[in-house]
Amino acid sequence: MTTRKHRITRRSLIGAGAAAAAAASFGVPTLLRAQARPVKVGLVNPMTGFLAYSGAQCRLGAMTAIEEINAAGGIKSMGGAKLEPLLGDNQAKPEVGVSVVEKMQEEGVSAYIGAFSSAVALPATQAAAKYNTPFIIDVGASDNIVNRGLKNVFRLKPGFRACVDDAIVGLGEVNAAAGKVAKSAVLVHEESEFGTGTAKLLAGKLPSIGIEVKEVMKHANPTRDFSNVALRIRSLRPDLLIMSNYQNEYVLLARTLHQQKIDLAGMFSVLGGGFNYKFVKELPDVALSMMDFNHWFDPTNPKAQAMKRRIEAKGSLFTFEVYLAYNAVKLLADALERAGSADKEKVNAALASSTWADHFMPYGPTRFVNGQNEGGKAVMLQATRSDIEVVWPGRFASAKPVFPKPKFS
Amino acid sequence: MDASILGAAAINGLLLGGSYALVAVGLTLIYGVLHIINFAHGSLLMLAMYGVYFLLTKANVDPYAALPLMVAGMFAAGYLMYRALIGRFSHGKDENILLITLGLAIVLENAALFFFTGDTQTITVSYSNKMVELGPALVPLPKLVSFLASLLLCGALALFIARTDTGKAIRAVAKERDGARLVGIDVEKMFAVAYGIGIACLGAAACLLMPSFYVAPTVGHLFVIVAFTIVVLGGMGSFVGALLGALIIGLTESLAGLFFGEALGQIGIPLIFILILLLRPTGLFGAAR
Repeated sequence: MTTRKHRITRRSLIGAGAAAAAAASFGVPTLLRAQARPVKVGLVNPMTGFLAYSGAQCRLGAMTAIEEINAAGGIKSMGGAKLEPLLGDNQAKPEVGVSVVEKMQEEGVSAYIGAFSSAVALPATQAAAKYNTPFIIDVGASDNIVNRGLKNVFRLKPGFRACVDDAIVGLGEVNAAAGKVAKSAVLVHEESEFGTGTAKLLAGKLPSIGIEVKEVMKHANPTRDFSNVALRIRSLRPDLLIMSNYQNEYVLLARTLHQQKIDLAGMFSVLGGGFNYKFVKELPDVALSMMDFNHWFDPTNPKAQAMKRRIEAKGSLFTFEVYLAYNAVKLLADALERAGSADKEKVNAALASSTWADHFMPYGPTRFVNGQNEGGKAVMLQATRSDIEVVWPGRFASAKPVFPKPKFS
Repeated sequence: MDASILGAAAINGLLLGGSYALVAVGLTLIYGVLHIINFAHGSLLMLAMYGVYFLLTKANVDPYAALPLMVAGMFAAGYLMYRALIGRFSHGKDENILLITLGLAIVLENAALFFFTGDTQTITVSYSNKMVELGPALVPLPKLVSFLASLLLCGALALFIARTDTGKAIRAVAKERDGARLVGIDVEKMFAVAYGIGIACLGAAACLLMPSFYVAPTVGHLFVIVAFTIVVLGGMGSFVGALLGALIIGLTESLAGLFFGEALGQIGIPLIFILILLLRPTGLFGAAR
């Protein structure tokens, strides 16, 4: 289930042997003679199964960071130790996630990065906790991941509840600036923990910004047809539609509402599963002016823009999985640098006390409380015809919100 | 409940059923002739949908224009697959065919994951968002086209099976293998032809689905479970049964979704399935064995 990236080949063994012999005969000081032992980093993502695309994007981000760190000379405080990735596939199944963690433990892993979905992250972090091995969450929104008092679990990005809280503030401000055009909303959500939890939190908080919830509709995964949901929305005439669904249903629902020409002041989502560059590129008319509250890089940070260009040059999309996993590895590297060793206790302590600011997320320096980075923020995004802009909060914004969105007629 | 919403939901349901029909007809044909459940049906539909996707994105062939090409291509794929794999390795045993098609499904799905990644792909054509007013409902043009073309193709296929020599040979093989062999019909060839036609239906279904749906390596599951239900409901091996079953299932799915909500509404399909099997265990048009 796991494969090592770097294998010892006959040639490298002979090379190393020759180098060692040469070093011994020339009397080079011990420090230079001994190559620093690599730090094994376990990447626990879904590479097959229904989350395979997201898993591959996570791995792309993590591997980019590892290559970058190694090319820049590795972990300097550890004598230039290189990061060695151990690649795993959790298949988006909790029990497989646990077995990947155990397997990597036997291979001498120093830290884990993973696990994309909350469902896998919960048991996988628990398994890693038995060995006190640091586990940095790349993606996984459930607040239970960090609420269980595990000392080895860290999450750079904000959780579920923080995202909803901020989304309500953002939506309230954007609506107020537009003269409070939105007074009612319909919520459409998928039936699992993510959609149900988000919709429940939103339904509780929307009245506080003067938006009445007309109806909350739940749908199954997968849903093949949203025509009836569209009919229902048309008859309810809400100002806002707020969606929480995974990618396929998100796109299908958005497409159906666009086809049915249902006029809304805004279509909004929190951690919207299908809101990304691909959606904007493939269905620009559908995506136009849709809004999402989600993880995003700081568009004003030149490092983010440089990395975006690099990832796109590889023919991949710069999705949130890529930069969240990338920054998770960088966070680990910073902790290793400060700990000066791969000792689990020391790395956990270094992560817990981390004030790392060299990322390109709209977060500020890290500050971990019970493993959660308190500075982690999501932002409000809006699709234009060809791009995605940050429209709230103002200090990270790259464009002004288009709200209410233009009518069909 | 507003009557216009009810009418619109019923129309949506029938259209949805139309899109299930071709998938189910292919499945029922293969069952009727080979007496096996083709587990690779969903994966082959997925493959056909990728075919349509790549024809549009790489060669700029419109999905509807691609229909003859896809039908011919999928027929050839099905025919060869039967000749080279299924027929050869089954050694005449039905349970082996089951295992081979199941294995094929796993291989195809994972190959798609490897080559096309797990990412969901959609296509946009000029008529993607065109709407047609149909009584109380505003219907996307691709769905209406898909419905009508589906009915037409099912009819054409039924005629082909009823009237042509090949059709007669297929029916003969389905009814009485040994008898067919005695009168000089090449049974193995007819099996391959029937399998090919069943898979060709998927080629047509893919062309009709893509303008309003998406494709991903696991997309087959979405249709194949419904298609199995339809085939059993209509009577295994029956064309008319599969077509009518598809319309009933589409209608049920839509109305149940409307009355019980999209999540709970999913129980509508198994519920009507159980009811019909209780009242007519052979399905609507199934012959008693």
